[in-house]
Amino acid sequence: MPPSSPPIDPTATRVRAEFKHNSPLIGCRFDPSGRFLFATAQDNTIQRFDLLTGAKVSLLGHQSWVRGLAFLPLRASAVAEVAAAEMFRVASPAVVGTGPAVGSAPRPHPIKMISADYSGRLMWWSAAATIPTPIRTVQSHAGWARAVAVSPDGKLVASCGNDQDVKLWRAMDGSQVRVLEGHTSHVYNVAFHPDGTHLASADLKGVVKDWDLTTGACVRELDAKILHKYDPSFMADIGGARGIAFAPDGRLACCGITNVSNAFAGVGNPAVVVFDWKSGKATSLKPKDAFQGTAWGVDFHPAGYVIAAGGGSGGRIWFWKGEEPTSIHTVTVPANARDLALHPAGDQLAVAGGNGSAIVYALQPTGVK
Amino acid sequence: MPLCDYSCGSADHRLSRRAFLGAAGASAVLGRDVFAGPATGELSRAQKRVLVIFLAGGVSQLETWDPKPGTETGGPFAAIPTSVPGTHICELLPLTAKRMHRLALVRSLNSTSDDHGIGEKIMLTGRKPEAGIEYPHIGAVAAKLLGTADQVMPGHIAIFPRGSGSGKQDATFLGAKYASVPVADGRPPADLLRPAGLSEETDRQREELRRKLTDKFAKSRRSAATEAYAESFTQAERVFRRADVFDIAKESLKTAERYGRHDFGRHLLLARRLLESGVSYVKVSHSNYDTHHENFDFHIEQLGEFDRPFAALLDDLSDRGMLDSTLVVVMSEMGRTPKINDRYGRDHWSKAWSVALGGCGIHGGAVVGKTNATGTAVVDREVSAGHLFHTYLQAVGLNSTKNFYPNDRPVPIADPKAEPIAEILV
Repeated sequence: MPPSSPPIDPTATRVRAEFKHNSPLIGCRFDPSGRFLFATAQDNTIQRFDLLTGAKVSLLGHQSWVRGLAFLPLRASAVAEVAAAEMFRVASPAVVGTGPAVGSAPRPHPIKMISADYSGRLMWWSAAATIPTPIRTVQSHAGWARAVAVSPDGKLVASCGNDQDVKLWRAMDGSQVRVLEGHTSHVYNVAFHPDGTHLASADLKGVVKDWDLTTGACVRELDAKILHKYDPSFMADIGGARGIAFAPDGRLACCGITNVSNAFAGVGNPAVVVFDWKSGKATSLKPKDAFQGTAWGVDFHPAGYVIAAGGGSGGRIWFWKGEEPTSIHTVTVPANARDLALHPAGDQLAVAGGNGSAIVYALQPTGVK
Repeated sequence: MPLCDYSCGSADHRLSRRAFLGAAGASAVLGRDVFAGPATGELSRAQKRVLVIFLAGGVSQLETWDPKPGTETGGPFAAIPTSVPGTHICELLPLTAKRMHRLALVRSLNSTSDDHGIGEKIMLTGRKPEAGIEYPHIGAVAAKLLGTADQVMPGHIAIFPRGSGSGKQDATFLGAKYASVPVADGRPPADLLRPAGLSEETDRQREELRRKLTDKFAKSRRSAATEAYAESFTQAERVFRRADVFDIAKESLKTAERYGRHDFGRHLLLARRLLESGVSYVKVSHSNYDTHHENFDFHIEQLGEFDRPFAALLDDLSDRGMLDSTLVVVMSEMGRTPKINDRYGRDHWSKAWSVALGGCGIHGGAVVGKTNATGTAVVDREVSAGHLFHTYLQAVGLNSTKNFYPNDRPVPIADPKAEPIAEILV
């Protein structure tokens, strides 16, 4: 996130673009250059939406649903190209044909993306290619690979899944580095600490493990158990960190569902648990409205906000500011928001809709570039 | 796959003797029970048994017996090959897949009701509910027609997870003798055994007095309700006499491990012991599959618990020479919608779903019926719950076209508008 990103105004959140697909969406991420929005879908595809041209390209190769998407950092040489694309984006009145074109869109910078699917496979992609195809496939987990993350230096890939393992891979060639064992339920999410020395993983039961990447040891557990419940009526577990994110200052956020009274109808409330990384102290963030559903994605905005998106009956985006545990603003979105992505420029976000729409929202009032 | 230890062992979930007796008694209905007709002729048959595994809430046919991978309704799971060439089932049942040659699939069931209660009744009686008559469940029918005169154990036992289930009016006009004896959490009623402070002789005298009073009352005011009350004591006494059957600790550690150290594993192991001890019909409920929300996560959890003990049970029945005389049925009250809702759930769906059955009288490996590419409709050989009801009875050697005669009125044992599914019968 550029430190110079302009302040945002959550109350001014407005639709900037809507990209439609003919299958419900599952996850979404902006690439690090900010050129593309990638969204995964129930038809086993990854959709690439070009924010500059509106072009849509299908990435084919997965044989199951994909929820995990992660990118290698951009090379230093990309700075000039990314800046050019950003200038083009900012200069354009909008995207996807909603305003007059301002010259030709620049060529995208090469992007390396890794995706994780529910058949347990990781796939490496040159994601900015005209028609991307998988350049490497790794069978990573028995059962679902639920999430994938890339270390800040771009050398390591972490994945996690239903085999209760967290695994580390070399980003360069996909070879396995280490298996981190210790979770006792499905592992839902992983994230690298911004300093690159530690990895956080979170499971179905709300257990968050802090792994020392130098030794591979779990050095402590953090408690996000409010995001789990065993429902005795239905005799099943519900929960898990559906979204995870580190802030640049090291705070960790996990989101999901809490206060579950009926697991099989999804009756519960969205919640975000934010940890002070140093002390491990947890703070629960809850929506101001009495909404029933799950928070599926969470991120930190450098202007001091925690933003989450989710849904149950319909979808929502919630904003929290500072130390306040109750959301300060809510945006209603048309369908269950199954994931949240924050643009690297910090001026927009996207949600992946259960209705097949990926909606990009600007976080500033009209007229602010 | 997370291990699910559902056993808390708390006293809150134990079924009391009073509840046990009440449940058994509640299973009767008013009206004369006339055991004339086909039953007498059937009693002399070699013992056959029926086991129904009821996946409560409505299991998804797409995540079990009729997967549609790569389609808009298919969900994230793959289909895997089975021991029957050309037959694939969902990857969530890898151990069952290896035993598919022991099972037949009916993939074209239209059970007509998306309501839990009505759907369960349709599936267990083989008929749509009708005004003026309550039909007996398959368990009561099996208990009556397969039971023997000298049978020690009750003929009809229903094993429920703790905290759910109870005795239902499942024998109707057949009478309380054939009603289900509910066994919560696979354990006999906690206070079924004679209290330590009560001597055998005192207990006998107490029982004799109860019988005298009951008989005296019955002479002047006999009804189905009084018979049900009396029968409940008889049922309890039967269970008491064979309380050892309920003790699965008598099984080897290796056997217990094969079934799994969770409630459903224990319950299926108990079911095998009960069938072995002469119980004609056992129903084991596995809860729960009513997955309107996050269908896929929950099916991983529930079917992960189902697959291993079910495979162990099939092996056990086969190894013990019981499979040829035991009909095994895996059913629910309905299936689940092919359409995936926006909470990753599947809703209620009765129009096109599947049932698996195997063992006695069943042609293992057979697949009957077909749904379309997305599973939204039956395109070949649609059958009803009535067809299945006939099939169950025919599979265990009973003539499903005969009648019962409650109040001297002929009532067809199975829906006369349906017939057995001949393709899966040996």
